[in-house]
Amino acid sequence: MSDFDAGVRLVHLAAAVCFVVGLHLMGSPTTARRGNLLSAAGMAAAVLATLAVVVHEGTITRTGTVVLVSALLVGGAAGLVTARRVQMTAMPQLVSLFNAVGGGAAALVALDDFLRLSDGAGVPTRTGVAATLDVGIGGLTFAGSLVATGKLQGVVTGRPVVFPGARLVNALLIAVAVAAGVVVVADGSVPLLLVLLAVGLVLGVTLVLPIGGADMPVVISLLNACTGTVVAMAGFVLENPVLIIAGALVGASGAILTLLMARAMNRPIRNIVLGGFGGGGGAAVPASSSGLPVREVTADDVAMQLAYAEKVLIVPGYGLAAAQAQHEVGELADLLEARGVDVAYAIHPVAGRMPGHMNVLLAEADVPYPQLKEMDEVNPEFSRADVALVVGANDVTNPAARRPGTAISGMPILDVDQARSVIVLKRSMGHGYADIENELYTDPRTGMFFTDAKSGLAALVASVKTLVG
Amino acid sequence: MSEQLLSDLTVFVLAVLVGFEVIGKVPSTLHTPLMSGTNAIHGVVLVGALLIASTADDLLSYVLAFVAVAFAAMNVTGGYVVTDRMLGMFRRRREPVTQKGSRP
Repeated sequence: MSDFDAGVRLVHLAAAVCFVVGLHLMGSPTTARRGNLLSAAGMAAAVLATLAVVVHEGTITRTGTVVLVSALLVGGAAGLVTARRVQMTAMPQLVSLFNAVGGGAAALVALDDFLRLSDGAGVPTRTGVAATLDVGIGGLTFAGSLVATGKLQGVVTGRPVVFPGARLVNALLIAVAVAAGVVVVADGSVPLLLVLLAVGLVLGVTLVLPIGGADMPVVISLLNACTGTVVAMAGFVLENPVLIIAGALVGASGAILTLLMARAMNRPIRNIVLGGFGGGGGAAVPASSSGLPVREVTADDVAMQLAYAEKVLIVPGYGLAAAQAQHEVGELADLLEARGVDVAYAIHPVAGRMPGHMNVLLAEADVPYPQLKEMDEVNPEFSRADVALVVGANDVTNPAARRPGTAISGMPILDVDQARSVIVLKRSMGHGYADIENELYTDPRTGMFFTDAKSGLAALVASVKTLVG
Repeated sequence: MSEQLLSDLTVFVLAVLVGFEVIGKVPSTLHTPLMSGTNAIHGVVLVGALLIASTADDLLSYVLAFVAVAFAAMNVTGGYVVTDRMLGMFRRRREPVTQKGSRP
């Protein structure tokens, strides 16, 4: 190995170290940003070292150079512009979109290498295995992530799309993929590799379409793990350690994240992947179907109660994220704090559209993160709270989860019903994702304020100002 | 089984273990930025895409190289930039906002 090659390998090793240390730093809000920058620095070093290799080898043709530079510019600009412009509420679909292109790139890299080898010396078994997995799973990840993006963006329906025999079709497709893969590995057949790619793409669509919109975050995380694995496979194909290390890291962390999310949503992975659960949009039910009375309150009632409380816990949920009401809720909290009310946010692990998403949205509205309390930390505090203000959260506040025999039994919930009084800000009596009645709403201590999160919170801010300002 | 494959496998398995170890303790507060950050890391496939572009010499391989490099570059830049944007918003304390007249 020449000194140049050794130098490049060392830079790649340093990059891998940056990825690991960066991920470690991302474990705490105080160091997370530094961690991401460190990881980005490692990436820049790895890419620059690789460009040095390209120049050093001198095999690149003039057309090749034009292709490479223009692709870097086009891709880089597309990434930069979408990342800068995206609204924080649209974060899940953007992550999914980036995941799609990453998976697509890995599949193409393996495909290209395979084509080249099959033209020349023939494909060694190890490359064949890695390339087969890469192309099949890469295609699946690409198409699946795009469908997930479409569902979250509202381009594709969020409802589970189920057609009769869908599982049989998927099983057949998987069987075809496996058979094609085996033949590709055995005799390096190019047409069958293309068949595999096509089947992977189709499977991406047919596997993700039946899954409801609210389960998409778990799916994205799972696909993210797949992309990591696919990138590691591309590393096997190209015999490149930095791809192997980074891919394996992402594969492992994606798998862990998927499990953590699924646990927080009380949904076994198997159920999510098999799909067919959850309406996504959720149909509106006008009144309590159990027939119990609900107490309706107005903005002025709520404002009075909040303004004279000592301790208020705000419980933000999906409805707040969907209405993009994070700035309004921040303003209301500021106003109450200025009056000496002790305000904190109780964040359920899956609040928002993706775990941790609510924290991002509230951070965008300048809410300092020590005010955001995680479920285990905040639950004992509910009994000392004068008011629990629930904004667009439903199932995660339903006391029915503590009893066996309901759709959400065993799901970890926020102990909102322990507060002295509860205000629920919600558009209607509509059911949440689990599609069951929320017993909290018929509790005599609960007041229902029927409104959209954004205008409701704005009305509360105005009422607090005029009543007690 | 070749020596290269064995050493690649070793690296792979150890990296998987490191991944499990590093991520297992992250609070759910940071799951969205973390997902986005790991998403950026797999953009390292750009390294592979650049290498295939360096040996491309016919129309098919140019097209494959172009799409692969563009996709991977989008994954890398977009992933890191958007993660940084998110994390930049996490603050310990509120910056002084002009809010007056609400205290009784």
